[in-house]
Amino acid sequence: MGEIEIILPQASVEAGSTDGKLLGLIIISSLITLLVAGLVGIFAIRYRKGSKASRGRLPAWFDSDLELGWTLATGGLFVAIFAWAASQDFALAVPPQRATEVHAVGKQWMWKIEHPGGQREINELHLPVGETIDLVLNSQDVIHSFYIPAFRLKQDVVPGHTTRMRIRPTRTGTYRLFCAEYCGSEHSAMIGRVVVLSKEAYADWLSIQPEGDDLSTEGRQLFVSRGCAGCHEGSSKVRAPRLEGVFGGPVPLADGRTVTADDAYIRDSILQPKKDVVAGFAPIMPSFAGALDEGELVALTAYIRSLGRRDATATGGTP
Amino acid sequence: MSDIPFRDVDLEEDEAGPSTAEANYLEERFSLWSWLTTTDHKRIGILYLISTTFFFFIGGAAAVLIRLELFTPAGDLLTDDGYNKVFTLHGVVMVWFFLVPVIPSVLGNFLIPLMLGAKDLAFPRLNLASWYLNIIGGGFAVWAMLAGGVDTGWTFYTPYSTAFANSHVSLTAIGVFISGFSTIATGVNMIVTVHTMRPAGMGWFRMPLFVWAIYATSLIMLLSTPVLAIVLTLLITERLLGLGIFNPEYGGDPILFQHLFWFYSHPAVYIMILPGMGVVTEVITCFARRRVFGYKAMVYALLAIAVIGFFVWGHHMFTSGQSMYASLTFSFLSFIVAVPSAIKVFNWTATLYRGQITFEASMLYAMGFVGLFTMGGLTGLFLASVPVDLHMHDTYFVVAHFHYIMVGGMVSAFFAGLHFWWPKITGRMYPETAARIAAMLMFFGFNLTFFPQFILGNIGMPRRYHAYPDEFQVWHVLSSAGAVILAAAYLMPLFYLAWSLIWGRKAGRNPWRAHGLEWQTTSPPPKHNFLANPDVSGDVYAYHPRRNPRDE
Amino acid sequence: MSKTPFPGQEAAALPPRALASHFHDLSQQKAAHDLGLWIFLATEILFFGGLFAAYLVYALLHPGPFFEAAAETEILIGTINTAILLTSGLTAALAVKAAGQNRHDAVLLLIGITILLGLAFLAAKGFEYWLDIHHHLYPTSPDFPLEAPAAKLFWSLYWVMTGLHAVHMTVGLGIWAVIWEMARRRNFSLSDNSRVRIAGLYWAFVDLMWLFLWPLLYLAGRAG
Ligand code: HEA
Ligand code: HEA
Ligand code: HEC
Ligand code: CUA
Ligand SMILES: [Cu+2]
Repeated sequence: MGEIEIILPQASVEAGSTDGKLLGLIIISSLITLLVAGLVGIFAIRYRKGSKASRGRLPAWFDSDLELGWTLATGGLFVAIFAWAASQDFALAVPPQRATEVHAVGKQWMWKIEHPGGQREINELHLPVGETIDLVLNSQDVIHSFYIPAFRLKQDVVPGHTTRMRIRPTRTGTYRLFCAEYCGSEHSAMIGRVVVLSKEAYADWLSIQPEGDDLSTEGRQLFVSRGCAGCHEGSSKVRAPRLEGVFGGPVPLADGRTVTADDAYIRDSILQPKKDVVAGFAPIMPSFAGALDEGELVALTAYIRSLGRRDATATGGTP
Repeated sequence: MSDIPFRDVDLEEDEAGPSTAEANYLEERFSLWSWLTTTDHKRIGILYLISTTFFFFIGGAAAVLIRLELFTPAGDLLTDDGYNKVFTLHGVVMVWFFLVPVIPSVLGNFLIPLMLGAKDLAFPRLNLASWYLNIIGGGFAVWAMLAGGVDTGWTFYTPYSTAFANSHVSLTAIGVFISGFSTIATGVNMIVTVHTMRPAGMGWFRMPLFVWAIYATSLIMLLSTPVLAIVLTLLITERLLGLGIFNPEYGGDPILFQHLFWFYSHPAVYIMILPGMGVVTEVITCFARRRVFGYKAMVYALLAIAVIGFFVWGHHMFTSGQSMYASLTFSFLSFIVAVPSAIKVFNWTATLYRGQITFEASMLYAMGFVGLFTMGGLTGLFLASVPVDLHMHDTYFVVAHFHYIMVGGMVSAFFAGLHFWWPKITGRMYPETAARIAAMLMFFGFNLTFFPQFILGNIGMPRRYHAYPDEFQVWHVLSSAGAVILAAAYLMPLFYLAWSLIWGRKAGRNPWRAHGLEWQTTSPPPKHNFLANPDVSGDVYAYHPRRNPRDE
Repeated sequence: MSKTPFPGQEAAALPPRALASHFHDLSQQKAAHDLGLWIFLATEILFFGGLFAAYLVYALLHPGPFFEAAAETEILIGTINTAILLTSGLTAALAVKAAGQNRHDAVLLLIGITILLGLAFLAAKGFEYWLDIHHHLYPTSPDFPLEAPAAKLFWSLYWVMTGLHAVHMTVGLGIWAVIWEMARRRNFSLSDNSRVRIAGLYWAFVDLMWLFLWPLLYLAGRAG
């Protein structure tokens, strides 16, 4: 992910105005903090015990009027800050005009994106610059949160609800995508990237998305794009069995049984991974039930079968 | 304006104290059993001191693990699940078993009856029961930890906590549930005591502000903790009996859980700050030798925070998909609740004006409190601004915000109070120089630990991440370095306070020449607190002459 | 304790157990006990308040299925139980009154009736639970009879609400039993002591909660 921008860029309409508010708040708060710390410091020095400063009766202005004064001043200032912050043009509050809808599904622990034309991607979101996109968010399991710091936006993804986030990217580039709501073991691995492309590049990108290949090549692509490779291939942090040579052989299971890895077994492993857990591994593989359609299952099984025959040569670098 | 020469009030430190036939509460009976069955509020205060210290170090050990893990971007020290369990343990223990009870139950227990000239709290046995409930609850939490831990975060969000986590959620929730009853019991006790046991002659507006602070805290405890209890009950029944009140599969709403949880937990953050405000008020006025500026405003501010604090909970849910109008309402109310906090900060500052200020360790802690609370509070306003929160929510900015208030503020306040009343509690003086060094080290280590986290949050580092992209590392390293200093600073008092128990100079009745009834009895006080009726005729804060009687 | 010369202390010549040593006099002690109890009841209201909030939210979110589910509760038993509980509230109140007049035997009798009525309530409730389980009216049942998912929300709330109420009943019965036994042994002076009054207040609260549960759980689905 070398091309990710490290210094937090402003890449959306909201980013600029949010940063404006932030800067304003930083200035106001620094002044207040300085005021408080300054007064405490000055008094501490000037009125330290035994200093020569005069201590007599309090001056007439130093009474409850003063208090009323600063209560009103703070109150006024706070209401002003509130009004200023609330003046942000909240894209969601305005009645929805039609925008392109991109669907995103959060699940432990990945983001699945589907573009209006049916193109899908995992943990990546390609967007055209300068356009308004409504991200329609659903969760299959627990609460996640779709967070793109460069856009200064996040939106929780809540099971049983459909939440929406309107994004208006203003700058091309590749930015980080985080899951910001704690969602279990691999919450911190549920990250990806958002690629903002020029309109032409976006159109090109859409058009070259996979159409159809021979089954096992398609399976290979799914294997990568669906995140299988994330666990099942070499560089992974997660401990998951390598799938080379599995097909057709005996598989020892955690509960002591041994099964033969046939088509049905592979399919069950994908759809109900908790059913037959491989000995020595934690049952952390997410179920892909509902996430893969039949064709995709077939393709994946074909790919895994091909791994069994070809003896661990098929795994290349990630595209 | 003519200067009148400064004349301090006529309280002199008297070294010996009146010779007494009655043994003090510490020496009264020795056996362990007598401690475990005591109904003496002072001894119960000590029991709480021991248990909260214990929990602080458990939570602190978890913090050490967190900071070690985050030293490098890769998740190399702990597994992901391990890390999740550690920060959950840290949050749960620190909030419910350390910070909520620490001032009300340690200092409050010890001092409220003394400050009111009473012999005990209204319900001494209930008081003891509340300690047992607290440690039983803590026992469940520790048991859950030993049995393998919990990994839901201290917020227990559903449906993760109900349907997905396969760690010891129920056990922990039961622990928190039980400790909730302890909180309620303490709250009832304090409120009834303040209402019914004030001495004749001490009207409401002549009570020390610490008493007011505990009173306001108790109100919140009573009104919010039951809601926590019910939400935990629902969580437990959902896990154990399959009754799915929040289950999305039945059409249940996980957001409802958040509403109920924050309806408790936002007010609860004021449980975790108002007592600190009370302590700091007493300390500042004593060492500045000035009457608290604006006593009545201070009282109303406490009550206002306690009341308005119940209407802002939605500011934790700006990104949850709640309607923008709801968000803006909660945002507005959050700004409003900041006004009484501002009154407090300015009144503390004004109290210093024209004082005779000395810098004992408790005063240093108190001044640190004022600064750090201000910073924590102001960053709370950042989060209360909806657009900024859409960016900052669940990032390290939030982590920094609440540590500034809870650690920089409340923990400092606790140390301020502990040092201030240590002579009263133990009858011994602590070593002043060591204590001052610890106070300054804490201030420095604290800022080094948590200031970088504001920056982290601003550049997008999400919280509860066990591994993180490389660009965040610089700030995490700074933060971890600060935590080492902070740990050292927190360990120091453990040693010198223990040292003082044996070798410390004997404290007189009133080593700080402070006002307040607690200073009229011997140090440590006798079992029944006062050998003679305390004199309540004086002004609680008669540290300097009034300009005219109307003058506050 | 004569060393502590608080005003009022010597004046009170009382049975030894009546006044705890940290109070000045009986009226202070009584005020403290009463206030404590009222505050405790306020927290209880908030406790149930969370449940009522959940009920309200779901009734608004899924009105149809929610109230259809409510129509499955055992209204007959629920209503009989309401009557039983109200009667026990009456006998409890009479017991408090009798205690104020120091009428020992009446107190014993009335508390006894209250306890019996409470037990009858619990028994009926137990039978109702048995019927409910028999009809698979619990959310984890594979044969849960109702189609709509939100029906399970209602039934979850039903079990939690009535369950918590039953727990409170049990606690209340325990309190009555202890007081009954103490009164029988004439352990304490009835009229000088808040015990019966406090137990009566608590019982009244438990009654009151049922008066909210009954319409919400039994009547709601049958209104229209
Ligand atoms: C003791 C604890 C405590 C206290 C007192 C506060 C006080 C406040 N908090 Fe904080 N907060 C927490 C503990 C606390 N908080 C915790 C633990 C969380 C995270 C929970 C979690 O998700 O795990 C949190 C999270 C949190 C959020 C949600 C962030 C998010 O998750 O997105 C918000 C948002 O509004 C917020 C706001 C505030 C505000 C406005 C105050 C105000 O009360 C602050 C008022 C004080 C001041 C404003 C400073 C003093 C004022 C002045 C010096 C005067 C200034 C003068 C002029 C303007 C002239 N807090
Ligand atoms: C209420 C009080 C409280 C206190 C006092 C603290 C104290 C500290 N906290 Fe914590 N913190 C919380 C409340 C508190 N915290 C909460 C509620 C959360 C949110 C949890 C969640 O997300 O669910 C949180 C989360 C939290 C995080 C974020 C984790 C994440 O989101 O991934 C971090 C990270 O730096 C952190 C750090 C610290 C540090 C360094 C301290 C230091 O101040 C601690 C200093 C103390 C010590 C260092 C103890 C010294 C003792 C020793 C050194 C002895 C060691 C002993 C043995 C090893 C036997 N805390
Ligand atoms: C979160 C990590 C993770 C992801 C993502 C993942 N797996 Fe797995 N997988 C595992 C683990 C761990 C096991 C072993 C434990 C078990 O059987 O559940 C496993 C087991 C398997 C097995 C059985 C292997 C054997 O040796 O018998 C197959 C087949 C499999 N996965 C295929 C897939 C496919 C296809 C995908 C993508 C569609 C995928 N996995 C995605 C973690 C993962
Ligand atoms: Cu998904 Cu965190
Ligand atoms: Cu809050």
